[in-house]
Amino acid sequence: MAKVVIDNVRKVYPNGTEALSPSSLSIEDGEFIVLVGPSGCGKSTLLRMIAGLEDITEGTISIGERVVNALDPAERDIAMVFQNYALYPHMSVYKNMAYGLKNRGMPKADIDAAVQKAAKLLHIEEFLARKPSQLSGGQRQRVAMGRAIVRDPALFLFDEPLSNLDAKLRNQMRIEIRKLQRELGVTSIYVTHDQIEAMTMADRIAVLNTGKIEQIGTPAQIYHTPASIFVASFMGAPPMNILDGHYNGNGGLEIKDLGHVAVDHTLEVTGDIQVGIRPENVEIHQAEEPHTIPIKVDFLEELGAGRLLHTTIGNTPFIAHLDNEHQINGETVFAHLPARALHLFDASTGRRV
Amino acid sequence: MSSSDLQAPTSTTIATASAAAARKKPFALRQIIDHVVLIAGSLFMLVPVLMAFFTSSHTDVTVHTNGLQMTFGGHLAENYYEAMLVPGGFTKTVDGMRMLMNSFILGIGFSVGKIIISMLAAYAIVYFQFRFATLAFWAIFTTLLLPLEVRILPSYEIVQGMGLVNTYTGLIVPLIASATGTFFFRQFFKSVPNELIEAARIDGAGPVKFFIDILVPLSKTMIAAIFIIMFVFGWNQYLWPTIMTTDESFFTLVRGIKQILNVFIGAQIPEYGQAMALAIVAMVPPVLVVVIFQSWFVKGLVESDK
Repeated sequence: MAKVVIDNVRKVYPNGTEALSPSSLSIEDGEFIVLVGPSGCGKSTLLRMIAGLEDITEGTISIGERVVNALDPAERDIAMVFQNYALYPHMSVYKNMAYGLKNRGMPKADIDAAVQKAAKLLHIEEFLARKPSQLSGGQRQRVAMGRAIVRDPALFLFDEPLSNLDAKLRNQMRIEIRKLQRELGVTSIYVTHDQIEAMTMADRIAVLNTGKIEQIGTPAQIYHTPASIFVASFMGAPPMNILDGHYNGNGGLEIKDLGHVAVDHTLEVTGDIQVGIRPENVEIHQAEEPHTIPIKVDFLEELGAGRLLHTTIGNTPFIAHLDNEHQINGETVFAHLPARALHLFDASTGRRV
Repeated sequence: MSSSDLQAPTSTTIATASAAAARKKPFALRQIIDHVVLIAGSLFMLVPVLMAFFTSSHTDVTVHTNGLQMTFGGHLAENYYEAMLVPGGFTKTVDGMRMLMNSFILGIGFSVGKIIISMLAAYAIVYFQFRFATLAFWAIFTTLLLPLEVRILPSYEIVQGMGLVNTYTGLIVPLIASATGTFFFRQFFKSVPNELIEAARIDGAGPVKFFIDILVPLSKTMIAAIFIIMFVFGWNQYLWPTIMTTDESFFTLVRGIKQILNVFIGAQIPEYGQAMALAIVAMVPPVLVVVIFQSWFVKGLVESDK
């Protein structure tokens, strides 16, 4: 159990590319934090620096009260679960789990107790004598988890552990990992490119893009008050609609191709603005009402639990979410964008205003 | 006509029937050709071996007057007894068993030595970023082009200078550097996933532990494959042992065969029977090694997934 402090950590590779700009992040004891972002955003680099698999160019990382910059991975009191499981193919499941403990010089009886306990927790007792090649993907993932658990570490690191599993198993493992982590209470850092994993599993999410942490916050904060256009469009499926707009300073907001929208608070910036609205916040009416604009229905996407209405506003694709009761007749409907649901971003910096 | 013939054929029966018809003719022709080729190849390989075996059961006189034999003679036991257990050669100090043992020492020392050295060399080249690693690799690789014969004089000079002539060390050590082995192990190590190394680092395995606990067991199939090649190669060494060992007690089987045929003491007939017996004995261990290790090799290929 430990608090993890990442203080102004920067990574520059020998060829000069900066994989991570100076970033800081403080993780509380027992917290489950998810690093999410597109590939190449630096999330894996950061995780690997915490693990000790990459050198830290600048800044310090501490686990517990210890600065671990100069420590070997084995000395950092961490355990890591890899995307491809990274089980030793020639060792049985038991030996895979026991290997790290054996290297620490733990007595045989203690190793056995730890392995049996972890195996029971993960329901893999019956596989202990098997080789990894005789297991399915989900079972291998459990073994990889078991190898992490037996070490009784201060910190769990997960490097996209579910991306090799099929969708159904992924959902199931997602819940299991989260339950297990709550039970064990071990601080965890989880890297993924899947925003659904991030939303569902995290206590807090750190969204990364091009080597920078864009926003840190709870899933709800990230979803409801995204700090930048990138976070707004990356988190959420279908993504947030982003439209061009202009703010003239007196509470008047013009959205391109849509017209005037009243906003109740005054903004600090004037000029070009980007306006975001989540598909589920768009109100669709069958007939014209005050403050609605006509839109053409390009097509409807059936989700079962609802439908997605696809259209374009100007040249920008635009999606609205409809619930099942909502009937659509004809090719034109009327959309209302409620002012309280609008997210406004500075067009030049992309930051929330 | 059976009742089933009266029914309308279903689409599946038509499909299978036409598929069988389409397959049948080229199948038969191909089978014949395949078998002719295989039988011819087997005969080509086996007849000389059989001839050596049959000849080893005849007396020297029969062989000398009538040439190689293709029938079984009655002197099998005595020829093998003479060849293996009665000391021969100029000095009458070395028998076939001794030569068999020497061949084993050379074959195993040679192959095991090559495997150890080339694995370590490949380990260094692949996993440790040191200066000129690539250069070192290419330097090793280019020596693939140079056979032993090119460096045989300088090698002899060095071994002789160290006083290692007529020792097992002198026989084996100069031969165990292996560009081929290093190359194969390098390619293999490069295919081992990086995550495995990282998992081992987190598990607290240092370079030595990682090598012994992870890399060597993973390389089992490669080791078996290289052992097969190198054991046979070492077993069949002729030139180097001839130069390195003048003392007959260090003779290997391969040399012994030649030595027996060379012996013309007085007006004696060369001991053809014994030479053939030794040749057959010399053939058995490499064959066994290939058969045994090949099954390991195949098993390893089937089982392993990294």
